[in-house]
Amino acid sequence: MRHLLDTAALGRDDVEELLDLTDAFVEVSARSVPKVPALRGRTVASLFFEDSTRTRLSFETAAKRLSADTMTFSVSSSSVNKGESLRDTALTIEAMGVDAVVVRHRCSGAPHRVASWIDASVVNGGDGWHDHPTQGLLDAYTLRSRLGPLDGCRVAVVGDVKHSRVARADVHALTALGARVTLVAPPTLLPPSLAGWPVEVSHDLDAVLGDVDCVALLRMQRERMTEALVPSLREYTSRFGLTAARARRLGPDVVVMHPGPMNRGVEIAPEVADDPRAVIVDQVRNGVAVRMAVLFRLLGAEARPVAEAADLTGRAGAEGAAPDPPRTGRSPRTPEPAEVPRG
Amino acid sequence: MAESLVLKGGRVLDATGERTADVVVVDGRIAAVGADLDADRTLDAGGCVVAPGLVDLHAHLRQPGREEAETVESGSRCAALGGFTAVVAMPNTTPAIDSAAVVREVQDLGRTALCAVHPSGAITVDRAGEVLAPMGEMADLGVRLFTDDGTGVQDDLLMRRAMEYAVGLPHDVVLAQHCENGRLAAGGHMHEGEWSSRLGIAGQPHAAEEAMVARDIALARLTGARIHMQHMSTAGSVAMIAEARASGLAVSAEATPHHMLLTHAECASFDPVFKVNPPLRTAADVDAVRAGVVAGTLDVIATDHAPHTQDTKDEPFDQAPPGMLGLEFALGVALAVLDLPLAEVLARMSWRPAAVVGLEDQGGPVEAGRPANLCVIDPAASWTVEPGATASRSRNIPYVGRTLTGRVRHTISAGEPVVVDGAAQR
Ligand SMILES: [Zn+2]
Repeated sequence: MRHLLDTAALGRDDVEELLDLTDAFVEVSARSVPKVPALRGRTVASLFFEDSTRTRLSFETAAKRLSADTMTFSVSSSSVNKGESLRDTALTIEAMGVDAVVVRHRCSGAPHRVASWIDASVVNGGDGWHDHPTQGLLDAYTLRSRLGPLDGCRVAVVGDVKHSRVARADVHALTALGARVTLVAPPTLLPPSLAGWPVEVSHDLDAVLGDVDCVALLRMQRERMTEALVPSLREYTSRFGLTAARARRLGPDVVVMHPGPMNRGVEIAPEVADDPRAVIVDQVRNGVAVRMAVLFRLLGAEARPVAEAADLTGRAGAEGAAPDPPRTGRSPRTPEPAEVPRG
Repeated sequence: MAESLVLKGGRVLDATGERTADVVVVDGRIAAVGADLDADRTLDAGGCVVAPGLVDLHAHLRQPGREEAETVESGSRCAALGGFTAVVAMPNTTPAIDSAAVVREVQDLGRTALCAVHPSGAITVDRAGEVLAPMGEMADLGVRLFTDDGTGVQDDLLMRRAMEYAVGLPHDVVLAQHCENGRLAAGGHMHEGEWSSRLGIAGQPHAAEEAMVARDIALARLTGARIHMQHMSTAGSVAMIAEARASGLAVSAEATPHHMLLTHAECASFDPVFKVNPPLRTAADVDAVRAGVVAGTLDVIATDHAPHTQDTKDEPFDQAPPGMLGLEFALGVALAVLDLPLAEVLARMSWRPAAVVGLEDQGGPVEAGRPANLCVIDPAASWTVEPGATASRSRNIPYVGRTLTGRVRHTISAGEPVVVDGAAQR
């Protein structure tokens, strides 16, 4: 695996491997010194054309816990505002000697374009309405942690699916693991075509609530009102919000997810957000471990069995105490260690 | 007197039929057509078809204003290499071709071009859709096709007035429309459907095109204006035009090579080389467009040659401008995808478009005394499109790696051999 661009491109084995790696890094994150030397000498750049402090911090925390060096390139401080093309920006970043670039962009496919121009690994950090692979993986991980294997597990993804990269990522990641996904939204908030999507569709949240193991809520953007996609926030909440009354109909083991930031009182009632069935804080915590797994998989663990990687992460946490993982040889910019211990 | 030229050993093919003959060109005109003719210079046409030059009703030459993407000269070189001896230049330049002054400027630039360059004029001032452009002044300079191409005229009443006014002009002009309802298409970067949904890119629905096709047919019926529908891309549009033509309405319509070959699935790579307006549509639409061309409903094949610099295409799909190159590939694509005899393809690429805009020097029969606007085509040649294989200043070729059928060997424009053995002569 060289890049992580599309959740749809991940097969069940890929997803399971990444989630198993995530298990190991969750353990690392729980240590008093949550750091391993796995990516020492590697550089991970954040190339954010769209503000997302949460996602950027999550990736940077993940990179630092793997001992990678990090660089941040955000649009406000870049030459992009001066008319530089995306390609020139990408080539400039690469020339600084990075091994991986996390690309966040408001346009779908921007990370794919970057990947076609540079040699470094590209991680899609969220592109337009298209995909947000690490979000899909962290949602799958969070759900698997609560419910065990997801085969046959029933998930309702509720809200603005049309404009949601999270929804697309969740659909692919969850169905890859055998979950059954139902999209719940008015037709105006669904993609124009669902040909090829492994999902069911409902326009009636109340009709599906009695039959789900997980409700995954999507953020409702206020501008959807001005676009006449729904008549009003009030009507949206009354038909598609997870209100306290609807939450009372959910069983004690049903999981409620939200990618944040939440509009409390719109897609989710305040008391439901604070309910023990809501795993919103877990999602954020798991996000760091999932991103560690992804960066490790792309930069440190090509052709390396998961068990070995888990073994590596299981060593003492102090930087330098554990050996470097074998390098892939793809990046000539960092010197090879004289001796590469195995296992 | 200029050097005489003979196209030797070819099959002559025009609207009147087909025969084996040599063609002699002297002083910009066809001097003789017959057996065993000689001249100062011989161009081999063995195994080839000698035909009237192709005529493109829809080329973006980008001059004035966007010379880094194309100039009249570089665009005309692409045209000549593609077998075209005349192109109609679209008015979405900077400034727009919306006045006699800009018409004259483009005509002047065309004097040294490698083919005839006929500027079209905008329907509205600055193509802004608000005030009628001086169509009469432009028509006096020879402009015969008016369009706001790039956008459609959104205001229904203004479009009605444009049609009524055009009917009253002393020249026979045609109003051409880029059929796109701006509200329904707003924000769309590709066809709205399966692929836009998967890729998370805002789409333009079929209805955005069809709503304006339907409106303009109704207005043409009301006003009696002659209209030309540009780059038709949907099955629904083709059906409406077939019905309008069957009812006797004077409506002509274009198909582009790319809408006859490529579908929206090409966009899966997120490569903006496949971003074009109207967008690449479904396989069913591609089939309908091809069938419309075969049936003659879409009676013109036009390129919509739309150069854009690499810089502007080195962006995300949403942000890159729409458009793709076409002049050098149009014949090859048409012959590769259409189940039509060569004569029928040439009808849609030469004499029919020439008739739509009244170009008497173009598309006519290959006979003594006629202006020598000719192309020599090797219909059996099969070739694979290479990256950068274009005389354009731009490189946005959507056909790289594809095998096309039929290639232009020579092009004679106003008697001058501008392309010989596939190479531009200047
Ligand atoms: Zn157009």
